[in-house]
Amino acid sequence: MVTPLGSIRKRLFIQLALVAALLSMAFFLAVRGVAERAAEGTQDDILSASATAIADSLRSEDGAVTLDLPYSSLSMLGSINEDRVFYRVVTDGQTLTGYPDLPQPDQPPRLGTPSLQTLVYRGDEIRAASVTRPVSTGIGATTVVVTVAQTRQALAATSRQITATATSVGVGFFLLATALSLWAAGSALAPITRITGSVMRRGPTDLRPFETSAPDELVPLITALNSFMARLRASLSRTEDFITEAAHRVRTPLATVRAQAEITHRKLNKPEHKHAIREMIRAIDESSRSAGQMLDHAMVTFRADSLAQDALDLRSLMDETCDRLGPTADLKDIVIRRDTGDKPIPFTGDGILLQAALQNILDNAIKYSPDDSDIIARVGLDDKITLSITDQGRGFGETDLSALTTRYTRGANVSDIVGSGLGLTIADEVAKAHGGRLEISPNKKGKGACVSLIFPRG
Amino acid sequence: MCFADISARVMVALVALTLMTSSALGFEVESRKLYQAKSERSRLKVISTADLNVFDPIIRAFQDAHSGITVDYTVTGTTDLMGALYDEGAVFDLAISSAMDLQTKLANDGFAQDHAPQIATTLPAWATWRDQLFAFTQEPAILVVSDEFFAEGTAPQNRDELIAVLRDNPDRFQGKIGTYDVRRSGFGYLMATQDSRNSDAFWRLMEVMGRLDAKLYCCSGDMIRDVASGKLALAYNVLGSYAAAQLKHTNGFQIIEMSDYVNVMSRTALIPRTAENVDDARMMLDFLLDLKARKDLVAASGLPAVDAAALRTNPSLRPVRYGPALLVFLDNLKRQSFLRNWENSLLQN
Repeated sequence: MVTPLGSIRKRLFIQLALVAALLSMAFFLAVRGVAERAAEGTQDDILSASATAIADSLRSEDGAVTLDLPYSSLSMLGSINEDRVFYRVVTDGQTLTGYPDLPQPDQPPRLGTPSLQTLVYRGDEIRAASVTRPVSTGIGATTVVVTVAQTRQALAATSRQITATATSVGVGFFLLATALSLWAAGSALAPITRITGSVMRRGPTDLRPFETSAPDELVPLITALNSFMARLRASLSRTEDFITEAAHRVRTPLATVRAQAEITHRKLNKPEHKHAIREMIRAIDESSRSAGQMLDHAMVTFRADSLAQDALDLRSLMDETCDRLGPTADLKDIVIRRDTGDKPIPFTGDGILLQAALQNILDNAIKYSPDDSDIIARVGLDDKITLSITDQGRGFGETDLSALTTRYTRGANVSDIVGSGLGLTIADEVAKAHGGRLEISPNKKGKGACVSLIFPRG
Repeated sequence: MCFADISARVMVALVALTLMTSSALGFEVESRKLYQAKSERSRLKVISTADLNVFDPIIRAFQDAHSGITVDYTVTGTTDLMGALYDEGAVFDLAISSAMDLQTKLANDGFAQDHAPQIATTLPAWATWRDQLFAFTQEPAILVVSDEFFAEGTAPQNRDELIAVLRDNPDRFQGKIGTYDVRRSGFGYLMATQDSRNSDAFWRLMEVMGRLDAKLYCCSGDMIRDVASGKLALAYNVLGSYAAAQLKHTNGFQIIEMSDYVNVMSRTALIPRTAENVDDARMMLDFLLDLKARKDLVAASGLPAVDAAALRTNPSLRPVRYGPALLVFLDNLKRQSFLRNWENSLLQN
């Protein structure tokens, strides 16, 4: 049995969608990271420029450091946003001017390099730039630290905007990639679907090799399948050959044995010897019949693959069959009543097979009919063609009718009569090969059974 | 903001005592008036630098539009207003000041609340900052000249002409020039610092004025009075709205808007962080921002409403912009050095 492992398409789609989600997330993080760094960088640059401008204005006056706060140092901060601005200038630990409680950098910034840090001041997050500048006071040099800070509300607004943009782009990318992966999964699996379809469309006896274009990955599978079918075909054909051969080889010596038995039967006088020989003849007949049926079956199997297209008349075919089996019926005093109409029924098909099918059905009917009964052979023509044989035999009883067409399956109530179980199988296979079917039903008018071959008209 | 006689102060002090027995005020109250609503629903405490007679019609119109609100109106100076909110944590629902720089410092240092005005879309960009500061007037700093000294059409039209006129006639203008004492007047300081930023001519003008022994004033009203009476030939950096109001019932002077540039100041309203009646404060603020729609109030108060169209038609009008730049001249060292320069220029004798 095949254990289902889930759909390849679904698995492929989920894996591709996961990859798309990962890529979208990475894309989102990258875009947001870069854009936010750029936005932060802009603020840092302006804060550094402001602090540097203030540091540049430091000078000494009367031995003390003093500052003429440049107008531009704070106006440049106001020009880009409306964030709050704080500043502080510290000389040797003393606040020279500005906000005395503005936090100083943890470590004094190195000369020439502004130090930047994010702090919390008066309940708001601020970004602070500090620069160190030595100022000569005449007596000595004093180190001055200038800190300029700004709240980050504009940055937060920018960040929200960037996040929104990056999110929508990321989601759009994900949706597009998902749609594409759906398409890709479908397109990658299309050859499998096509090949599956062509395998499934095949008839049960179609063992021809596949001649189709396939992707590289599927070529070994198709090749393996073709080689498997070739082996199967060869095996089947060998079996049929064997049966044919076997049936031939059995029938010919049996005919000889039967002829000798007939002769012996005539020569014998003692009733018990005569009875024994009659039993022997009967067994020989049965064996001969089975061998004939096997031969028929092998022939049906063989010919069904390449059905002959003869122009036939089904009415005369039925008549011929009745004529041929007339003597057998006469032996049991069975009358075959023909209801074959008066017009020919043209049909295109394999005459040998159809004759074999009819012969097997009629032969069955004679075999299971009691002595001195009637068999009706009917050919009907309405929207389909029906060839039916109705007997007054024991019928099929409780047998599952659909199983009867299986090889070597016999009715449940026939164990006392010798038979191969092949007759109805042959008829069924012939009917199917011609696009028709075999119908088995009880005789509507009294006991017995009705077996019909039904073909479409046309 | 500058007229305050003793009786008014005594009265105000009495009112203050009855109204605010619990909190001692560290800042100086110039006057105070309670506009009692007929059926009081809530009480709105306003601290302002605008004189009672200027704001009276506006408060009454506001009460007509929003009944049930009692307005407690306190007048103080710009520095005191700043101190009350910044250092003393006084509780007011609305703060109105002509000192844009000090209001900016209040907002920058976190003493103001956000407000989303109803007419925000029609406000010019320069008239608001951080959704906390809102300009509701537009008042140019102008030159007032006496008719006795300048016949019509002869007055200087820009600072270079003014400097030239003063230089060429030192005897005629000796002691006849008036301007703000920027050490005492917040408005004067703001205008002077903006001047120093805008033009190099400012310091030359101060030098010339210093040589002519300029008289220093605390208030626009006094300067206008002295120019109208002929005691002064001209007064520089006078508040245009006061001059225009005076001109309605006083003759003898002209108002000159300089053609090189005119600094335009705005009165700024903000809702302090400590406000208790924020809802009414927002209503009052929206009412002030819509002043332009009330021509009657503009006429009655003499406060010109924000008029973006006037700025477009006259490019020499330069509104003072809010922002951290206004903090520069509030810096102690900067202020000291500016005042030192100013004194060196103006106080030569």
